[in-house]
Amino acid sequence: MRSSIHASGTAEMARPAQATPSALRDIVSSLLRDKVALVSAAFLAIVLVCVALGPTLLADQARAMNLMQRNAAPFSFDRPWLYILGADALGRSVLARIIVASQNTILIAGTAVLTSLVVGGALGLVAGFKEGAVSAILLRLADAIMSFPSLLLAVIVLFVFEPGVANVILVLAISRVPIFLRTVRAEVLELKERLFVTSARAMGASTWRILFRHVAPMVLPTVINLAALEMAFVMLVESGLSFLGIGIQPPEITWGLMVSDGRNYIGSAWWVAFWPGLVIMLVTMSLNLFSNWLRVVTDPVERWRLQTSAE
Amino acid sequence: MGNFIFKRSLQSVLSLALLIILVFFLARFTGSPADLYLPLDATEEMRDQFNQRFGFDDPVYVQFFRFLGGLLQFDLGESIQYSKPAVEVVLQAFPTTLMLAAITMPIVIAVAIVTGSLAAFRPGGLFDRIASLISLIGASTPNFWVAIVGVIVFAVWLRVLPTSGTGTPWHWVLPVAVLCLRPTGVLVQVVRSSMITALSSAYVKTARAKGVRARAIVFVHALRNALLPVITVASDQAAGIVNGAVIVETVFGFPGIGKLMIDSVLLRDFAVIQAAVLVTALAVFIINIVVDITYALVDPRIRHS
Repeated sequence: MRSSIHASGTAEMARPAQATPSALRDIVSSLLRDKVALVSAAFLAIVLVCVALGPTLLADQARAMNLMQRNAAPFSFDRPWLYILGADALGRSVLARIIVASQNTILIAGTAVLTSLVVGGALGLVAGFKEGAVSAILLRLADAIMSFPSLLLAVIVLFVFEPGVANVILVLAISRVPIFLRTVRAEVLELKERLFVTSARAMGASTWRILFRHVAPMVLPTVINLAALEMAFVMLVESGLSFLGIGIQPPEITWGLMVSDGRNYIGSAWWVAFWPGLVIMLVTMSLNLFSNWLRVVTDPVERWRLQTSAE
Repeated sequence: MGNFIFKRSLQSVLSLALLIILVFFLARFTGSPADLYLPLDATEEMRDQFNQRFGFDDPVYVQFFRFLGGLLQFDLGESIQYSKPAVEVVLQAFPTTLMLAAITMPIVIAVAIVTGSLAAFRPGGLFDRIASLISLIGASTPNFWVAIVGVIVFAVWLRVLPTSGTGTPWHWVLPVAVLCLRPTGVLVQVVRSSMITALSSAYVKTARAKGVRARAIVFVHALRNALLPVITVASDQAAGIVNGAVIVETVFGFPGIGKLMIDSVLLRDFAVIQAAVLVTALAVFIINIVVDITYALVDPRIRHS
């Protein structure tokens, strides 16, 4: 279904809807042409490898205390390579901990965004398509959540229920649902006046079929794009929560928690707090740059402009 | 205009009521304050006395109606941790946060408008690229981390700025700088894209054809029309700071309202939480009204009727 969106967006409208290989090739070549997007995509790929393999490979090294390496400074080459970024007050390798913590950090943000995407997206489809009481209630609820100081909500909820991984994800997901709801609704409001919806209805398609087979795929590029940006934002918020001590609790580690740990040693070992924060910044930047590129690729108008200018 | 403000107030009162109900009941789920404030070996009698003094011995719905009754007389209850009226505690902390917002936002807006406009003047040019990169870095940096790095560099290594506290103007430099970073990064991008749209419009071409100077085109003709989305985003950011710049207040030991809110949740000081939420919500409401009026001033096509 997605490939057909790309195909119909290109200059050659006659291309059959199932031309997946060439559509894929188009995307790859456009990625290769955009250096900035390529670098950020490569960096994100490395992070994903760390997420997938890090804890299985390095869990022991991240936990092992090594008193010989206490507060080891970064970039001293006479130590094992794992200590290239230094070690914390207990002699644990900062690099190993960053790699292992990537799993928690990325999976928490990813799950939260995915949840709010699915819930907010579905509600947005309904709110956009069926105006009236349901839509009004959904929108007011979204307003209420948006107007709530989200950090206060997080603090209260995480204080009532214990701040485990699941609750942190839940709080983050709830606070971001309105964004997806509003975006999808705005798109649907515009799309449902289009001719293809009218024709589908004239052919006797049910409301659900129209919504999920005809409207939803058109909204998808916008939503995926938004999800990349939200991912960056949610990661910052989760790090903030962990930093304040109300997010993920030790012995679990996330990047935010590592910065918070390092705060006690800024006088003697700056690297403990510095590196994890730098990684958060780099991932956030890459997600932003990648989503910029994604917007261009998934937007038919911009894509067409790019292709004509390249030729 | 009066009609419009009335309508907006009505809407705000509704969502404020929802907010207060939520905070009131959620906060009471966090547990009994008596466990926290009395010694471990407190007798049943002492607990009863404590609960009676702060009214925790009544059922929750009775407490809620008493709270509503007090609200009508501007009495928001007594703080447990400070043994003072909650309103007083909140109004002591609020000026610090308001001051942070009042210093930060003008800097953010001024820097963003100048940088974003200049970047939009030649999209893809050298200045645009540098500005885009720096604003992206600003928007992507976790502020607790910048705060810590700032302390390491300026307080620990260079020893030119204090680490925390509010004594002198120097104490405000780091916190304000950290607070400015992310909003500026985001706002520069908003100004830039909004200005690019404005600069490609017909009236700008007319102005160019007439021979108006470039600076006048950018800062007079285009900017006024590009301001609406900028005002929206800037007001959101201002509301965010007024709601409590928790992280900055925590790292730099600023006695602001964000820190007060978090501390009060942790210490189960319900009256202070409720008072703080009410006061900040009121402030955010005032910001929104001012913003709506500014819309009408900037763009005469918008009439609030």
